Amino acid sequence: MNTDLYKYTLRLADTALILSHRLCEYTSKGPFLEEDLASMNTGLDYIGQAEALLKYAAKQNGTVDADQLAFAREEDEYANFHLVEFPNQDFGYLITRQFFMDVFSFYNFQLLKESKDETLAALAAKSLKEVTYHLKRSSEWMIRLGDGTAESHDRIQGCVNHLWMYVDEMFDEDEVNTNLLKENIATDLSEVKKKWMKKVSEVFEIATLTKPEQPKYSLVYGKDGGHTEYMGFLLTEMQFLKNRFPQDTW
Amino acid sequence: MAKELEEEDPIKLAAFQAKIDAEIKIEPKDWMPEKYRIGLIRQMSQHAHSEVIGMQPEGNWVSRAPSLRAKKILMAKIQDEGGHGLYLYCATETLGTSRDEILENLHAGKAKYASVFNYPAPTWADMGAIGWLVDGAAIVNQVSLQKTSYGPYSRAMVRICKEESFHQRQGYEIMANMAKGSAAQHKMAQDALDRWWWPSLMMFGPHDSESAHTSQSMKWKIKRETNDSLRQQFIDKTVPQAELIGLKIPDDNLKLDSETGHYSHTDIDWDEFWNVIKGYGPCNKKRLDHHKKAHAEGQWVREAAIAYAKKQELKLKTA
Repeated sequence: MNTDLYKYTLRLADTALILSHRLCEYTSKGPFLEEDLASMNTGLDYIGQAEALLKYAAKQNGTVDADQLAFAREEDEYANFHLVEFPNQDFGYLITRQFFMDVFSFYNFQLLKESKDETLAALAAKSLKEVTYHLKRSSEWMIRLGDGTAESHDRIQGCVNHLWMYVDEMFDEDEVNTNLLKENIATDLSEVKKKWMKKVSEVFEIATLTKPEQPKYSLVYGKDGGHTEYMGFLLTEMQFLKNRFPQDTW
Repeated sequence: MAKELEEEDPIKLAAFQAKIDAEIKIEPKDWMPEKYRIGLIRQMSQHAHSEVIGMQPEGNWVSRAPSLRAKKILMAKIQDEGGHGLYLYCATETLGTSRDEILENLHAGKAKYASVFNYPAPTWADMGAIGWLVDGAAIVNQVSLQKTSYGPYSRAMVRICKEESFHQRQGYEIMANMAKGSAAQHKMAQDALDRWWWPSLMMFGPHDSESAHTSQSMKWKIKRETNDSLRQQFIDKTVPQAELIGLKIPDDNLKLDSETGHYSHTDIDWDEFWNVIKGYGPCNKKRLDHHKKAHAEGQWVREAAIAYAKKQELKLKTA
């Protein structure tokens, strides 16, 4: 097994899995019905991506299936970004988290669809279609909330300031990424970062929002198995039936 | 108050009834008696609210779904329910009311939703029971409503029925898998059936003799079949399904009458039925409070969206 490829696949898979989980938690809590539907729809796209990627990871692993990966790992075996663990504190947090992820996914998948790894390339090409729509929606909401009322401007700027600390992780280049980049499998994160910053700046300008300046955040990243305080609760809930009835199928 | 029928123009009223008798659909711009319009708003908004409030018991388990497949299906189902709610809100608005007004009535307790959603969903088997029994009962009612006299409602029902039959199969599949699973799973499935059977039968409403709206609704073909007849169809359809997967319907008096082909059964506990309608069900307050809270917490978002839209409009005008 190519351990770098396995880790890389799990990072993509788990980030989609945990984000889809957060979105499904938002059921019936949206500001109006249309947004309930849009959040669930986005969550469905992400769980679809997670399932396809976890199947690919399971195939590489050879001893587990996608459900075991999704529901029966220890916390430090999950490799998602910290950003997606952040709870649905309100619609502002939900949409800021979504916007940061959508911009990342959009440019990351644009590059990943050219990957030498055919499975990842195909998944990226398929997901890019979905993410294009997600990005349109979350950008529009950032603009509406940023340039809406004084209250919405302050609230969404507060969400941006708070969640900005999680942005670095998405572009952190480590051995896994560097090794796979040499093999033309992984994407060039410095390239993704440039595009991410440009897009975010453009949207912020229209939304009258400002980019925070913050020093680098010092925790073991989610992609390396370190997690926020939120993750334990999330997994307790997500793994509930698997833990309670480990032998049963549903 | 809606205008009484005697106060309506008798010529228009006769022409309206003739149209209904000839199975011609009534469309939003057609003349209609005030009582028809008000009755439809009541029924359609209640139907829409039921879809929307119905997202809550399922939302209680979506974050604990046991497999990727189960989670994906449940998410899609909840999304469908919300979509049905949206579709029905829009159809209701064609009768000259607004979404704000419809929601105000829900929050004020003036508009109802299906009482069945005032029961709790404590186990995963409830996801099966809700799909199989609650959606199963809803389908029987909705298939009949496909022929309802109001055009937008009828067309909404045609579309909704297609998705509801998928929901019913999804629920039955969960129950079937659990019934043949471990002893703990079988027990959970039987327990869910025990808890949801009677509330599902109550979904069809009171006996025809007790139903306040049945007679006029039948004449105007808003309703096409009576509560008791629809309830019987549901029972006849569901009993063999339970037998097939080895679960027992919680009614010792259930018996197939070989002459009529229908099952006879114990009468519903009507005290419980009326108590839940009056607000004393296990989750009435929880469900409504949840909806009110989400709505209140979304106020700043809705205001921002309106403020932004106004700014854009102004920019266009001054450009």
